[in-house]
Amino acid sequence: MVRNRSMGVVAVLAASALGLAACGQSSGDGGEGGAIELTIAQNAIAGGKNAAAADHIASWVIPKFEEAQKAKGKDVTVKFVPSGVDDEQYKTKLSLDLKSGKGADVIDIDGIWAGEFAEAGYIKPLAEVAGPEAESWEGWQQIPEAVQGLATYNGKKYALPVGTDGRVLYFNKTLFQKAGLPADWQPVSWQEVLDAGEKLKSSGVPVPIQINAGTAMGEATTMQGVLPLLAGAGGEVQVDGKWTGAAQPLKDVLGLYQKVYGGSGLGDPKLQQEAKGRDKSFQQFAEGKVGILLEGDYFWRGVVNPKTGVAPMADREEVVGYAKIPAIEPGKGIRGQDFVSMSGGALRTLNPNSKHPKEAFELLAFTLSADALKEETKDGNVRITPRTDVNKEILAGEPLLTYISDEVLPLTAYRPPVAVYPQVSVALQEATPAVAGGTAADQAPADYQKKLEGIVGGAANVAS
Amino acid sequence: MAQQTSPPDTKALDESPARGYSSDAAGLGRLRAGAFVAPALALIAVFLVFPALWVIYLGLMNYRLTGIAAAEPQFVGLDNYLKALSDPGFWNSTVLTFQFVLGSAVIGQVVLGFTLAWLMRNRRGTLKSVVEGVVILAWILPSAVVAFLWVALLDRDSGTLNALLGIPGFAWLLDYPMLSIILFNTWRGTAFSMMLYGAALGNVPPSHLESARLAGASGWQQLRDVVFPHIRGHILTNLLLISLWTFNDFGPFLLTAGGPENKTEILAVYVYKTALQAGDLGYGAAISTIILLINLVVAIFYLRLLRRKG
Repeated sequence: MVRNRSMGVVAVLAASALGLAACGQSSGDGGEGGAIELTIAQNAIAGGKNAAAADHIASWVIPKFEEAQKAKGKDVTVKFVPSGVDDEQYKTKLSLDLKSGKGADVIDIDGIWAGEFAEAGYIKPLAEVAGPEAESWEGWQQIPEAVQGLATYNGKKYALPVGTDGRVLYFNKTLFQKAGLPADWQPVSWQEVLDAGEKLKSSGVPVPIQINAGTAMGEATTMQGVLPLLAGAGGEVQVDGKWTGAAQPLKDVLGLYQKVYGGSGLGDPKLQQEAKGRDKSFQQFAEGKVGILLEGDYFWRGVVNPKTGVAPMADREEVVGYAKIPAIEPGKGIRGQDFVSMSGGALRTLNPNSKHPKEAFELLAFTLSADALKEETKDGNVRITPRTDVNKEILAGEPLLTYISDEVLPLTAYRPPVAVYPQVSVALQEATPAVAGGTAADQAPADYQKKLEGIVGGAANVAS
Repeated sequence: MAQQTSPPDTKALDESPARGYSSDAAGLGRLRAGAFVAPALALIAVFLVFPALWVIYLGLMNYRLTGIAAAEPQFVGLDNYLKALSDPGFWNSTVLTFQFVLGSAVIGQVVLGFTLAWLMRNRRGTLKSVVEGVVILAWILPSAVVAFLWVALLDRDSGTLNALLGIPGFAWLLDYPMLSIILFNTWRGTAFSMMLYGAALGNVPPSHLESARLAGASGWQQLRDVVFPHIRGHILTNLLLISLWTFNDFGPFLLTAGGPENKTEILAVYVYKTALQAGDLGYGAAISTIILLINLVVAIFYLRLLRRKG
């Protein structure tokens, strides 16, 4: 009986949901002449992930933009659509929104999704959606080539770049002091990182080294683990259109994973498997339990930031040190470098289904105007913006970001901007725990190559 | 499924209208009766039949969530099904799902549910209310709340269980992932079995139990020779329902997200990861169709057992 009644309730709910959906549709169409409503979506939420960005949208962008539009005689209201989830989940949500012809008018995406979204028709070249204004936007002259490249797919600009980043090794100076390591530590080879790990371990640090591994951490494993190490071993995931299979650099990378997680006690293999392992590794770093951690500048800005971080450290400036990621040995990195890094960056783009594409582009450009970026990066929320005019002003007082901008970005490398990359990335993530779990360091690269051939369309596209 | 469960007596009634007991008891006539059921049938068509057919269709395409195959999917025939049969991930998930159903539904929920119902059958008052209240509470709480409670209980560093046992750092969800989700699902779903058996036990004539006791039957003999034959139909119906529910359950995802290293990646989780996280909608649809077929086989197996009674 209970079951039957609940079925009835479900049916009624379903029917009323249909009715409601119909209402929503009709009211949406009615807004042609008068008020315009725009929505902007980011993976940011007040009090949670990227809280500073969410606050900036709510307290500055929305009122200022509405004001500016009113001055032009337009009645525009803007709504913020927050999220506070893992990037993979945010991507799933966006894809489903865009697939069903819905979603916010202005959306933030990770640069690496541009290819697959563009091929699916979920995003279109800006000029196609918003008209020629998109090409003549004043900001383009301020944005360096490499950063413009993040927003470009098949020679067309699909989005405005939101910024770029770089990866370094963070370390806890308090723990280093106890272990007898210098506060201005700069390793020049992988062996020196491992040696520092050994010293930290013998001084009682629970997690001497944290390098993301495994599939639970998603793209964070690839971007803050495999790829910077691969670059350090002189390899790239794709060279001249051919994907790299079980070559020596990959074997070196997996060999390092084995040294850290294969029972040496230098890293915590369980932390890599936990459903919320990355968040936990941040917590543990903030609590002084992690010695060395490979992360992007997001870690400095969004995690241990004393004001808005998810794992704030009041004494960040004194305790958190940073160093460039060394090559396996000096001169053995990509392009013969001694040090390496990887960069990505977020993009902000228009939903092709937007009912008001012109106004949506105005909002999009407004969020990346010099004024908006200066406002956004005030009060300790400095990040590397896409605009050189803004960066010149704001980076001056920020030690880490100046360091990344001056020392790391010239060394950096980017992921291949192709639609199939995310699948390759998952295959790389799967190779790392296999090694930590005891698979021979020779077997895992071979397994990876086999998966890779399946993903990229046969052995002809793979070089080993 | 619906056909097999429908009682056979409607046919008998149709054949004997002369008895003066028309099958059209409400006097509506064919047309108006049809109008009454039409909304229900329409809902079933829209929310059950159409999605099922759509999934079968998708399973024959190389449809993806993103990329070129999202814009122009191609017909690939049975490729997705053949891929599933040679995919170790799929077989891993199938084996894990059977373990999960056997452990948490067939053994956990049925045994625990029956034990609780048997122990509580003659009791009245506070103890019974408290026990039933607690068990039912586990059943009616929203999944997200329950998952949070269990993560807080089993967490490696600051979990309640480790604090109680004095073994900080013991990783339940990583070292015993399958056992953890089996216990979790047993705890979560026992209420249904308990209530169903409670009602069933009420139908066992007390006089039969009394005669068995007088004849000197032990507790176990009473259960085996008196109680079980009486509630055989209830047991099988219960097994059928909870096996199917557990087979398609997504709850463990909230605890372990399928990890560590796919050790709790039951089929429902595997489909979610394949179709939505990895974006391979066509392949995910093909696996869903295979799950549907497995469900049908399980259902037919139980229904045959049920029928053998008559």
